[in-house]
Amino acid sequence: MTIPFDYETMRLIWWVLMGVLLIGFALTDGFDLGSASLLPFVGRTDAERRMVINAIGPTWEGNQVWFILGGGAIFAAWPFVYAVSFSGFYIAMFLVLSAFILRPVGFKYRSKKPDPAWRARWDWALFVGGFVPALVFGVAVGNVLQGVPFRLDSDMRSFYEGTLLGLFSPFALLGGLVSVAMLVLHGAGWLTLKLEDGPVRDRAQRFGQVAALAAFVLYALGGVWLAMGDIGYRLVGTVDPLGPSNPRMAEAAHAAGAWLANYGAHPWMILAPLLGLAGPLVALLGIRGRKDVLVFAGSSMANLGIIASVGLSMFPFILPSSIDARSSLLVWNASSSHTTLFIMLLVTLIFLPIVLAYTAWAYKVMFGRITTRDVNLNPDFY
Amino acid sequence: MIDMAVVELSRLQFALTALYHFLFVPLTLGLSFILVITESVYVITDRPIWRDVTRFWGKLFGINFVLGVATGLTMEFEFGTNWAYYSHYVGDIFGAPLAIEGLMAFFLEATFVGLMFFGWDRLSKRGHLLTTIMVAVGSNLSALWILIANGWMQHPTGAVFNPETMRMEVSNFKDVLFNPVAQAKFVHTVSAGYVCAAVFVLGVSCYYLLRGRHIELAKRSFTVAAAFGLASSLSVVVLGDESGYALTDNQQMKLAAMEGMWETEKAPAGLTLFGIPSNSAHETAYEIKVPYVLGLIATRSLSGEVAGIVPLVERADYRIRQGVIAYDAVEKLKVNRNDLAAREAWERHKSDLGYALLLKRFVADPRQADDATIEKAAWSTVPNVPALFFMFRIMAGLGFFFIVFFATAFAFSVRRRFDRKWFLRAAVLAMPLPWLAIEIGWLVAELGRQPWAVDGVLPTFLGASSLTTTQIWATIFGFTALYGIMAVIEVKLMLSTIRHGPEVYEGYEGQPSPERAPATTFTAIPAE
Repeated sequence: MTIPFDYETMRLIWWVLMGVLLIGFALTDGFDLGSASLLPFVGRTDAERRMVINAIGPTWEGNQVWFILGGGAIFAAWPFVYAVSFSGFYIAMFLVLSAFILRPVGFKYRSKKPDPAWRARWDWALFVGGFVPALVFGVAVGNVLQGVPFRLDSDMRSFYEGTLLGLFSPFALLGGLVSVAMLVLHGAGWLTLKLEDGPVRDRAQRFGQVAALAAFVLYALGGVWLAMGDIGYRLVGTVDPLGPSNPRMAEAAHAAGAWLANYGAHPWMILAPLLGLAGPLVALLGIRGRKDVLVFAGSSMANLGIIASVGLSMFPFILPSSIDARSSLLVWNASSSHTTLFIMLLVTLIFLPIVLAYTAWAYKVMFGRITTRDVNLNPDFY
Repeated sequence: MIDMAVVELSRLQFALTALYHFLFVPLTLGLSFILVITESVYVITDRPIWRDVTRFWGKLFGINFVLGVATGLTMEFEFGTNWAYYSHYVGDIFGAPLAIEGLMAFFLEATFVGLMFFGWDRLSKRGHLLTTIMVAVGSNLSALWILIANGWMQHPTGAVFNPETMRMEVSNFKDVLFNPVAQAKFVHTVSAGYVCAAVFVLGVSCYYLLRGRHIELAKRSFTVAAAFGLASSLSVVVLGDESGYALTDNQQMKLAAMEGMWETEKAPAGLTLFGIPSNSAHETAYEIKVPYVLGLIATRSLSGEVAGIVPLVERADYRIRQGVIAYDAVEKLKVNRNDLAAREAWERHKSDLGYALLLKRFVADPRQADDATIEKAAWSTVPNVPALFFMFRIMAGLGFFFIVFFATAFAFSVRRRFDRKWFLRAAVLAMPLPWLAIEIGWLVAELGRQPWAVDGVLPTFLGASSLTTTQIWATIFGFTALYGIMAVIEVKLMLSTIRHGPEVYEGYEGQPSPERAPATTFTAIPAE
């Protein structure tokens, strides 16, 4: 098979596609996580909570596939990243999976019995299913920025030398809070669009305002920390972007402030953090000015900008090792083979547009605000 | 050295989570098609009873479906969490079908399943039927891709080891895609799912017929399940996955182990109906054999030989010795990638590298292994013969039972005899059997693959992550508790939904139009 792009280009394409998947997950399932985190607080009665649940009920399952596909695509395109990060963050992954397991069941089973105690338990299960992943993902990103204590031996077997508590450093916790604020804001943005005017929507917007301010301040604080703190890695010597995927062939070193170096070298990249800062403000303006679309657009901008800025800051690093100079995973040394990357690109080019088309159709079919009347009358509602 | 406790616990967790996941998936695979059938009848005949039938089975489908989704999440990430070295070693090939599964299948079923449940009033009849079809197609496509992945573990084609990256890499993706083992496994597995759903629908229908409740729904469902079940049970057995056994040493080993056949017999070999095999004595006692049959089934000829376990072990011994040369070459290439002598040795012996890795269970460096160790490693290629021998017989026996069972049901349904109490009772009692057959089927397929994670390429014990036993115990307890609670809730909800029975649905318009949707029709607690 002749491959029209060289290995370097294919790796770059798949680095971008990995970002597209993560952002796709945050933009879609992100508002499900945010809405579920808000569920016990914005809905006080069963009917109110059912408005929130049915605002995400018909589409959350498709949204969650972005997460599953993210796992599969990282496995296929970045097997080193899949192997090292998931086995390293072992118990954290278990927490995320357990929380995610509660969601499909929670949505479906909650409505099967009218018993208030039954429903209250599922409400908290749904809350956990939204809040815990939102927090853990952010903590994980914080850890990745700080470097992860793993090393690879000459067989490429990975050994993780950190502890569970070690994951919760102050910087990592800051990452967790940014993620929670950003996704809660996105949930509030979705509920603003999807609920009829009333107490639930009002409460969601009040939480949304707090989340928008928190996202702005905490994200800015994260940027300051990267500039002033002792975080960052840089390459020592050169790496062949066309070379074999063998992480032990490159050398990296800890370097304070290095995560901001890319913005000096490529000034256009500054767009991402600017978007991450502007998004929460736009959402806030939307809430204050009663411009519903602006709220959701702002929260989407925040997701896009914040996630993209993490990727751009670290480029070409994907997973730096904090304990071994010759183990860090880079765009140039942690990918699948040239052939696999190309085959997966073809598959993606064919199927992603189809997926987007029927997803758009599904949203169109379910278009419209959830009303109290729907919740009371429609036999198909959760 | 490898910590075998970590390996065994990782295997235990994988088996528990996979077996549990596979309690829900087969019913999803089959019930989605039964929904397509009943809803098609509704769209064609326009008789509301068929809509109620569809919605009733749809409700049970939903309760089951969500647990399939929930437990499937674990599977997607468990390779990375617990089998990190495996993920690195074969991710270049194995990851692709998993990613394609997400892109092509999961999105389809998950997006349309939402519309299937929420779209009854928002879609036209045909539009809704289309969503139901998409759910069925999506779930069955996901089975295709995961079995392409699994088929590659059983029969790894289209890939070579790359010493520069220390992993297997794709050499021919078409071979991975059109792997004959994967094709056979796909047909066998989805057919088993259809049988499972048919037995389920038939059992519930017979329960209603026995009780004299919901007769209209029960008779119709009985008829659909009987026909669907007969076709599927024939497909499961006739298109059973025997077709791949002649392909590789390890698949031959699996076949020999299932048959408890220690020595190669003169062709055509006989089929052992019963016996008591022993892994330590290397023999199968009290054999009852039917001459010729095994040779005919396995090789589709009178002259093809079916290899026995002992000669296969001798072949493994030889391949281990060749593999050590390949291993030595890889170690030299690690130090100097331009070592020409090593590269030449590597090219000649690379197909046996995996066999040398078997030695790592006993010595850190396979090049230091003595003859006794090599013999021990060669014998380690024999899977658990008694377990495979008996489990295979239970599974195959159940397969034949389902054919007879559905033939009987079909005969009754054609003659409109829905009143044979003995059969109705038998059908209710038979409900757990497909799950038994399916779980055993998984065990036969995957225990038969041992000691390999990927046949001839990577031993299972090398695939595990570098974790501690404490970590794995924690997640085994966690998953067991979570899954246990979910199972209890699921079964209770299924039973209460069955006891409650179908409902008669009336139209509901999403838009406010009070005269068309009288508020008195529905209570504040929805039926769903």
